[in-house]
Amino acid sequence: MGNVLIIAEHKNGTLKKASLAAFSCARDYVAKNGGEFHILAIGHDISAVADEAACYGAAKVHMADHEKLGPYLAESHAAVAAKVAVDMSAELIGATATAMAKDMLPRLAAKLGAGMASDIMGIDDKGYFLRPVWAGNAIVAAEITTPVKVVTIRGTEFDPAPKGEPGGEKVAITVDLDFDKLGKRFIEFEEVKSERPELTEAAMIISGGRGTKGDEGFKLIEGLADLLGAAVGATRAAVDAGWVPNDLQVGQTGKVVAPDLYMAIGISGAIQHLAGMKSSKTIVAINKDEEAPIFSVADYGLVADLFKAVPELVEEIKKVKQ
Amino acid sequence: MKVLVTAKRVTDPDVKIKVKPDGSGVVTEGVDFKVNPFDEIAVEEAIRIKEKLGGEVIVVSIGPKECTKEIRSGLAMGADRGVQVITDDPLDSVNVARILEKVVAEEQPDLILMGKQAVDGDNNQAGQMLAEFLGVGQACFASKVEIGDDGKTAKVTREVDGGFDHVEVDLPAVITADLRLNEPRYASLPGIMKAKRKPIREVELASLGLDTGARVVWHTFSEPPVRKAGIMVPDVPTLVEKLRDEAKLI
Repeated sequence: MGNVLIIAEHKNGTLKKASLAAFSCARDYVAKNGGEFHILAIGHDISAVADEAACYGAAKVHMADHEKLGPYLAESHAAVAAKVAVDMSAELIGATATAMAKDMLPRLAAKLGAGMASDIMGIDDKGYFLRPVWAGNAIVAAEITTPVKVVTIRGTEFDPAPKGEPGGEKVAITVDLDFDKLGKRFIEFEEVKSERPELTEAAMIISGGRGTKGDEGFKLIEGLADLLGAAVGATRAAVDAGWVPNDLQVGQTGKVVAPDLYMAIGISGAIQHLAGMKSSKTIVAINKDEEAPIFSVADYGLVADLFKAVPELVEEIKKVKQ
Repeated sequence: MKVLVTAKRVTDPDVKIKVKPDGSGVVTEGVDFKVNPFDEIAVEEAIRIKEKLGGEVIVVSIGPKECTKEIRSGLAMGADRGVQVITDDPLDSVNVARILEKVVAEEQPDLILMGKQAVDGDNNQAGQMLAEFLGVGQACFASKVEIGDDGKTAKVTREVDGGFDHVEVDLPAVITADLRLNEPRYASLPGIMKAKRKPIREVELASLGLDTGARVVWHTFSEPPVRKAGIMVPDVPTLVEKLRDEAKLI
């Protein structure tokens, strides 16, 4: 039986919640197919991350701890992961489909001669990987024919693995890499600081599109988001127009989210945006065009001018909250 | 600087693609084809680099005969010549990367620019795989590219979760374009006329001597799950009432 290796993501010495979806996918996989579930954490000073990761049912937690692995580079991290994958006889290697995983796992797959499926939503009875194509307009059952398989896992499609008692055996990996020969150097990470929750972790998201007309509209959206403790999202059109950073983009080419509440404000509902948010539990759409496709996925639709409706919404919610 | 840039032929991203009733694929009859939007951004970046530093831009497309159109559209924007690898076979990302590796070996570019993903297969894999096969660095999801004065390195800003990752890669490298790297120009009429006379080198896939056996095979296609219809509310107070009493969210 082949084993499963999940690459855990972490930040400031803490395991990222996003990784819990991949843990859960791996647990399902070994429960069905046998083999062991292992986790790999790569970075510097990551023993706390490994301790935390050991609480999610993995047989082993591999730690690749090295000063020069501190800054993430696809070249070094994929090289380390490939070595671990071979040593522990991994049949399936995966990670939640974050920006890091999307960058690193194809390189890892190429290194291992493996076929890869991106953004998987599930695995069917034949062992085929279900994944969205054409901006989520179709779901394809993709068979990976190589003995080693690499996947990125869509975080919204797997419940986060529940935390248990520490159980996984921690294994330190010897890092033997020529860091001067990677062909790439890390310069700096420019963090976009925000008091608001991260999009992929938020319980509520208030998103704006072309209808916000820019700063003025986004100010209203931010005000509503802060009142609810929600994250702010945006469409590709709003990012394209330069109103908000790409980091806030929800959609097939941005982030895929599934919060309890998704409010789409001044968003028409382009296919590629819907692909990123239609798994949300409750969807509210406010748009002045009653024909806007966003209403076809909304639980509650309101035809209104957002510049009037959003301030009114803020007032009404304040009343309820009192 | 010699820049190699990809231009994949994809279905018009503004058209809602439907699944064939028998699940054997998606309906592409009657749908227009265009250059993958992320590749278009890559082509624009390649041309801007040439305009600044001089050199040559080569547009590569892999696919059926009709891909000439996508190459011509890059040439009309200002690229110099094209390479077309002709095949009707479905290709997975490993195949695409292996084919590009051959083209790179032939052309020896200083830089390879690609879109971060194609909007049909949505794989987001080929650039990273190509970098690994070539044994060079990768800078994916680029929102800014600055070529060093000596032409031997590039500083790249990558748009990732939570901020911007600044890296420097040795050239040649593979850089993949994200949405905000630039805004592609429209081809001018003289540009379109000129493009007709620019050379395109045709390569039959079979002549590359590659094993193009699939590592990933697409079987049945299905429609994504449909949400059940919701309701329209007449005004803001009703909306708030619903969110409070039905959805219990506020």
